[in-house]
Amino acid sequence: MSSAMITPAGGAREALEHEEKKSLEAREFGFWIYLMTDAVLFALLFATYAVLAGNFADGPTSKELFDLGHVAGETALLLLSSLTFGFATLAMGEDRAGRVIQWLALTLVLGVCFLAMEMVEFYGMIEKGAGPDVSGFLSAFFALVGTHGLHVAFGAIGICVMIGQVMVKGLTLPVRSRLIRLGLFWHFLDIVWIGIFSVVYLPGVM
Amino acid sequence: MLGRLTIDAIPLYSWVAMGGAAVTVGGGLAVFLLITYLRAWKMLWRDWLTSVDHKKIGIMYVVLALVMLVRGFIDALMMRAQQAISLNNEGYLPPEHFEQIFSSHGTIMIFFVAMPFLTGLINIIVPQQIGARDVAFPFLNSVSLWMTAAGAALVLISLAVGKFSTAGWTGYPPYSGVEYSPGVGVDYWIWALLVSGIGSTLSGINFIVTIVKNRCPGMHLMRMPMFTWTTLCISILMAFAFPALTVVAAQLALDRTLGFHFFTNEAGGNMMMFANLLWIWGHPEVYILILPAFGIFSEVVATFSRKRLFGYESLVYATACIAILSFTVWLHHFFTMGSSANVNAVFGIATMIIAVPTGVKIFDWLFTMYRGRIEFHPSMVYTIGFMVTFVIGGVTGVLLALPPADYLMHNSTFLVAHFHNMLIPGALFGYFAGLNYWFPKAFGFKLDAKWGIRSFWFWMVGFYLAFMPLYALGFMGMSRRMEHYADPSWQPFLIVAALGAVCVLCGIICIGIQLYVSIKTWGSSADVTGDPWNGRTLEWATSSPPAPYNFAVLPEVRDIDAFHEMKLRGTAYTPPDRYEDIVMPKSTGLGPILGGLAFVLGFSMVWYIWWLAALCFVLSLVCVGIRACDDDTDFVMPAAEVEKIERARLARITPSNMHDMRPFVPKGAASGLPMPGGAA
Amino acid sequence: MTEQTERDLTSYLTGFALALVLTAIPFGLVWAELLSGPAIYVVIGIAAVLQVLVHLVFFLHLNLKSTPVENLFFLGFAAVLIVIMVGGSLWIMIDLHHRMM
Repeated sequence: MSSAMITPAGGAREALEHEEKKSLEAREFGFWIYLMTDAVLFALLFATYAVLAGNFADGPTSKELFDLGHVAGETALLLLSSLTFGFATLAMGEDRAGRVIQWLALTLVLGVCFLAMEMVEFYGMIEKGAGPDVSGFLSAFFALVGTHGLHVAFGAIGICVMIGQVMVKGLTLPVRSRLIRLGLFWHFLDIVWIGIFSVVYLPGVM
Repeated sequence: MLGRLTIDAIPLYSWVAMGGAAVTVGGGLAVFLLITYLRAWKMLWRDWLTSVDHKKIGIMYVVLALVMLVRGFIDALMMRAQQAISLNNEGYLPPEHFEQIFSSHGTIMIFFVAMPFLTGLINIIVPQQIGARDVAFPFLNSVSLWMTAAGAALVLISLAVGKFSTAGWTGYPPYSGVEYSPGVGVDYWIWALLVSGIGSTLSGINFIVTIVKNRCPGMHLMRMPMFTWTTLCISILMAFAFPALTVVAAQLALDRTLGFHFFTNEAGGNMMMFANLLWIWGHPEVYILILPAFGIFSEVVATFSRKRLFGYESLVYATACIAILSFTVWLHHFFTMGSSANVNAVFGIATMIIAVPTGVKIFDWLFTMYRGRIEFHPSMVYTIGFMVTFVIGGVTGVLLALPPADYLMHNSTFLVAHFHNMLIPGALFGYFAGLNYWFPKAFGFKLDAKWGIRSFWFWMVGFYLAFMPLYALGFMGMSRRMEHYADPSWQPFLIVAALGAVCVLCGIICIGIQLYVSIKTWGSSADVTGDPWNGRTLEWATSSPPAPYNFAVLPEVRDIDAFHEMKLRGTAYTPPDRYEDIVMPKSTGLGPILGGLAFVLGFSMVWYIWWLAALCFVLSLVCVGIRACDDDTDFVMPAAEVEKIERARLARITPSNMHDMRPFVPKGAASGLPMPGGAA
Repeated sequence: MTEQTERDLTSYLTGFALALVLTAIPFGLVWAELLSGPAIYVVIGIAAVLQVLVHLVFFLHLNLKSTPVENLFFLGFAAVLIVIMVGGSLWIMIDLHHRMM
């Protein structure tokens, strides 16, 4: 396909640009597959949780540990951050780099707040004597929710890097592609969180 | 500072273990000194280790696989020797050491022989078969390679520093838990799996995208060569099954290191969940190993029968069926866990169903050979040996798929014989066939056929000698992994099995001689045209070894046997009207650096050297960050340079060394009406 | 603001509103203890599946027309695998649990 489109004379830059476009397309597809494999990974952590959810051993039960208000707060933060990332994508479509940075920064703040709330929850539990080494239920809980939190942390680092890239490079083609992929990742994490509150927290407090 | 790493980690407990450590360290040192003596470090780093060229990465994968094959086979030989002599005595291996050997044998053969071998062959061939210039993500490819190498290095270093796992290659808890296996062995096993598992997942994603996005014009899905089809299917399996291994290994690591209770006996753990999760990965893994070999057999059988592959479409659908069904049968690995009859029956039936598409394939290959002009090239001989032997393994597999029968045979040597009967002909023979078939493509000269045939016969005879007695021993009640035994009627069988292992050793030596002889006389067996076997698929359209860009101009495909059709049309070697600039990926040292960091990270996690692990983790993130900010990863090879290379290549190809493409009419007993799609 | 941006903006806001409602329903029900027994699990499950679809359509902009076929294929494939793996695991483990009691 490239043979017809590229003129040999002085076409080096053109060839590079053409290849770049093709390669970015492939990356977006590859990243999509990565997300699907990550979904499988989470699904198995969910399965483990479902199997171990009732195994409190001598430790505290989920009803004693989970605080619905806290979880609602976390949920709201993540959902809101999905929206703000969406706005960043919109600003990117309009070529407004400044706006992109603002929305990304807001997303980052929301994400960090979410992580802070999760930390508070985890530390609170461990102080109460409900660490992951207490029961099968708690092991599965910390592994599942912790893995999600770890993903959010990586996403937050990614947002920092992308804010830097937009500042330094502007909205070039590769930067846009990376932003789109980071957006996919961020929205994906929100989807996983739906699973977490529906499988872990809501049944847990009943 | 150094966690639990002390001077006691050196294996002074047995002379055999010490010998193993000495050979490993000595071998590493010898290679190091040799490279230094040849002053080849710079060349090695610049042209190979940092390369992102799929052909070089593929070659490095295969080299890794062959080195690890020798290591894994020595383990096998030691086990056979031990069991041959240990009737009512301790033999020469203490139990603790014997357990390490069967654990490392399985781990090495699956993860560091079969996986790199098939990934290597795929790397060398698939981009060429689909008319592409490289894989979709060349850098990621390099990362995959170095992750796999890092995992292999962890297994190797466990010989010299500390011990390897004694829990078998499947590492079931509670035995593999910290209560019963407090040492570092299981941790080595876990981290080798985790690190190389990341590499495999990335390879899977890489090849899915390559095959979906990088096919040349005209190559729609139903024109892809069979090997590419099997690669697509196993790439999907790799990408989607390996997360299960990651999850289960990480959970076991959490249990062992941080006191979690996933699989422990107390505090609400559930060790059955380990078997469940492990085999959710494990069964697709079996097909990851076997399907690429099926692809290789399909290519080989068509080329050396001089016929189009029989039932191409049925082969494609059979492959896809096997790939999907492979996700639905995992429970048959633990029928005896105690599930109810309903559960066992469902998984038993699903297992038997898989035999159907596999049978379809066998018939397709047989019909391809039927009235073909068969040439007994080593790769073809491996293919025929596979067909005969694999069917036996398939039949015993269907037997094991019956839950009541499985209750009798579970964990007996019958099972050991069964899965070796699948994996040696079904996977390894395929890779050897691929090695003989594609070697000239990778290196530009053919492998010596005589030594290839000899190695085949040693492998074939050795296989039957080594594993048929194990079937019998299984019926006689011998369970697997026995360090010594008290039943004198078993010993003759075990001695025969040991002789079989010696025979296989001769087979491996023959492969070594084959490589040596071929390299020594490479000038006389050079492959000038790039098409030594009158091949049918696109990889034979490039030169041998291919130019860095594979195809100067992307080919246009009109047929399943694309290159065969080009030769018939006479357009196979036509120079294009004009050459174009070609964009190529730049080499980068980040791949080997990330691999090195993963190795040190794994090592420090094994020995609880937390600061080092944290440091490696942060450094890995930094490396990924650097790459994520790099927009300048390609360079342009100017059209003039491409033209120079291509002209030199085309000048070597004269009518005298092209293949005779005239139709072949069978004579004598085989004559009659030519078959449709017959021996052309 | 171009037409495309406007459409996307509406899409994000609709998605956000729907997600909010679909989160509020299960949280509210559990909070107020309005339902009990299997019914509540069914409601939570349905709300979760619907919300996942809302996210896919309104945030990830999946649709049958413009999303590449291969992306949809792998989404569907992953969904099937997740059903097989999670469903199979639970079936196996619950069956076993039942037999050990």
